[in-house]
Amino acid sequence: MLAAVLSLGGIGLVAAVSLGVAAKKFAVEVDPRELAILEVLPGANCGACGAPGCSGYAKGVAEGKMAPNLCSPGGDETTEAIADILGIEAVTLDPQVAVVSCQGDNRKATSKYHYLGLQDCNAAQKLADGPKECPGGCLGLGSCERACPFGAIEMTSENLAVINRDKCTGCEKCVAACPRQVIRMTPRRATTHVLCNSHDKGAQIRKYCQIGCIGCHICKKTVPEAYVIEDFLAGVNYEHIENAAEAIDKCPTKCIRDFCSGYPEGSSFTPSRDDAA
Amino acid sequence: MNLKSFAGGLHPPDSKHYSAGKAIERCPLPDELIIPAAQHIGAPAEICVAVGDQVKKGQQLAAAKGFVSVPVHASSSGEVIAVEPRLHPLGRPLPAVVIKPDGKDQWDTSLTGADPEQLEVAALKEMIRDAGIVGMGGATFPTHVKLSPPGEKQIDTLILNGVECEPFLTADHRLMLEESERIIDGIKILRKVLNLETAIIGIEANKPDAIEHLTTACVAHNIQVQPLKVQYPQGAEKQLIDACTGRQVPSGGLPMDCGVVVQNVGTCAAVSDAVRLGRPLVERIATVTGPGVVEPKNLLVAIGTPLQHLLDQCGGLTGDPAKIIMGGPMMGQTQLSLEVPAIRGTSGLLIFREEDLSLKNAGPCIRCGRCISVCPIHLQPTTIAAYARLDMVDEAKQQNALDCIECGCCTYICPAALPLVQSIRHIKGGIMAKRRKI
Repeated sequence: MLAAVLSLGGIGLVAAVSLGVAAKKFAVEVDPRELAILEVLPGANCGACGAPGCSGYAKGVAEGKMAPNLCSPGGDETTEAIADILGIEAVTLDPQVAVVSCQGDNRKATSKYHYLGLQDCNAAQKLADGPKECPGGCLGLGSCERACPFGAIEMTSENLAVINRDKCTGCEKCVAACPRQVIRMTPRRATTHVLCNSHDKGAQIRKYCQIGCIGCHICKKTVPEAYVIEDFLAGVNYEHIENAAEAIDKCPTKCIRDFCSGYPEGSSFTPSRDDAA
Repeated sequence: MNLKSFAGGLHPPDSKHYSAGKAIERCPLPDELIIPAAQHIGAPAEICVAVGDQVKKGQQLAAAKGFVSVPVHASSSGEVIAVEPRLHPLGRPLPAVVIKPDGKDQWDTSLTGADPEQLEVAALKEMIRDAGIVGMGGATFPTHVKLSPPGEKQIDTLILNGVECEPFLTADHRLMLEESERIIDGIKILRKVLNLETAIIGIEANKPDAIEHLTTACVAHNIQVQPLKVQYPQGAEKQLIDACTGRQVPSGGLPMDCGVVVQNVGTCAAVSDAVRLGRPLVERIATVTGPGVVEPKNLLVAIGTPLQHLLDQCGGLTGDPAKIIMGGPMMGQTQLSLEVPAIRGTSGLLIFREEDLSLKNAGPCIRCGRCISVCPIHLQPTTIAAYARLDMVDEAKQQNALDCIECGCCTYICPAALPLVQSIRHIKGGIMAKRRKI
């Protein structure tokens, strides 16, 4: 009995002492600020900042290699909290949200062929540049929905991706997942957008989509400062968004949408309270 | 009969009765020949003619760019009326030369042949390359590259692929019956280029007339004819080598790693023309068939002939086409339109109506394992496809996804109609992209 206690106790003692010595001798120094920053980050590990995850970003910021305002899921609050930890002044960015620039769902846009393959936009895009006749339209197979770490994207029953403005944190994962660059990053403050991604001429677009931009210039004539038209495709000039909504009723194909008044047809999302205010 | 084979595979209804008995017919020239610059694996050729140029049959339209590339030639005499992107069998517009044939079909007189016995091996290879010869089975890999194995590889066997295991297609079958002298001449040239004696023609046992005909014809030339079991994909390179010689091509390797070069019988015939007559590859035999075609035929087609023109020669359509396939039904490419031209790899044109197809939406995998039992490479298609759906690139690579030959057996047999081959091809793209990044 005594022998057992002594021998086990002895082993324990030796192990404890060596562990204690090793802990002191081989200790890895961690910048306490790095741990503090990791505390205030949202922990989504989305990669929007450019680092592989939140701990990588915390390390980068603590070492002064990365700017403290790159965390889009965390937004201004996180930027300020990080600035506090580092003892510097916060410079906040213009917060961004992702918008799907297309409303051409299965009812409104035509297909080149009947696709029965893998339900993945990137796989479908490899087959004759995707089943949709429109070269820029949403393929509707949900690759962005699966890529979104925040559950902010839904696919309507007619296969159109719609992004919830309340849930979107601007991490850009969906932008990377989309093979057709339909998803664009836009300033959070802007609620009016041209939802079309095809640079084809009007006559061409009318053949395959009822709700595409035909480049008719009416929006630009109505509110000249709020719109730009490039290669037969209109876009909102996000520097001057004040009166952009005035052109909505004038648009002949109804491809301009104000997200205050609702999401595209078929979406279950309701307008954001922040947008309405 | 001693029928050799490989392990795995399956036997879909071969449906060759539509066209097997039809002799090769020359297809008249269309109003417009659309000749794409990209008709082979490797770098697309560079177009070297301009609108308004008068060209002769066999004249070069586009020059080879790099070693793994071949030139493209005019398939009839006439005027170049456009050089612009046209819808390509790959499904998107790609650069092409459009020729309005003048009806004279005059060969370029500067093209002269030579006696292969008198030529050096290097000169033969050059002639084969300049004639734009590619694998005529459908893969269109430049032939001169296959004929130039690195010095350390000992090649001792030439296998000729007359298997034609794809259902419906009968182009090679007819060629073997009607043009055996050209094939045998091509084999002799290839034997000289590769400096070897053993040549084996592999033919599936569902073509007994071709086996008999070639066996008789080959006796005097020391060429062996090997009847093979009717089993898809008997004509896939690695499966054919296994069946004919019992050798296995290592994972990630090429046939030359086990001392073999494989060439299609159509390629042999083209090699013979290229050397003896100096004529480039400007026409091929294509089977126009399927339940959607009024009168299925084997046509000798000028490269660049629009598919619609081929159909017109066969009496047109029996109903609304629901699926148009260029090549065979297992590995062929589905087409968007009948405006696309026949190219060097066009071994067939298949038309199916809606009632001939079973179009099902994919269901969940029921773990029946049929895809695994038919896979000729002995992969686990369902596992790789699951990784593909989840974009798990490294795991798919662990499962040897890159060895998949995309023969389509797994997709064919899958009771849940899962797009297995497409999924595997998708993840193969992912693996290659990742490899390039590192």
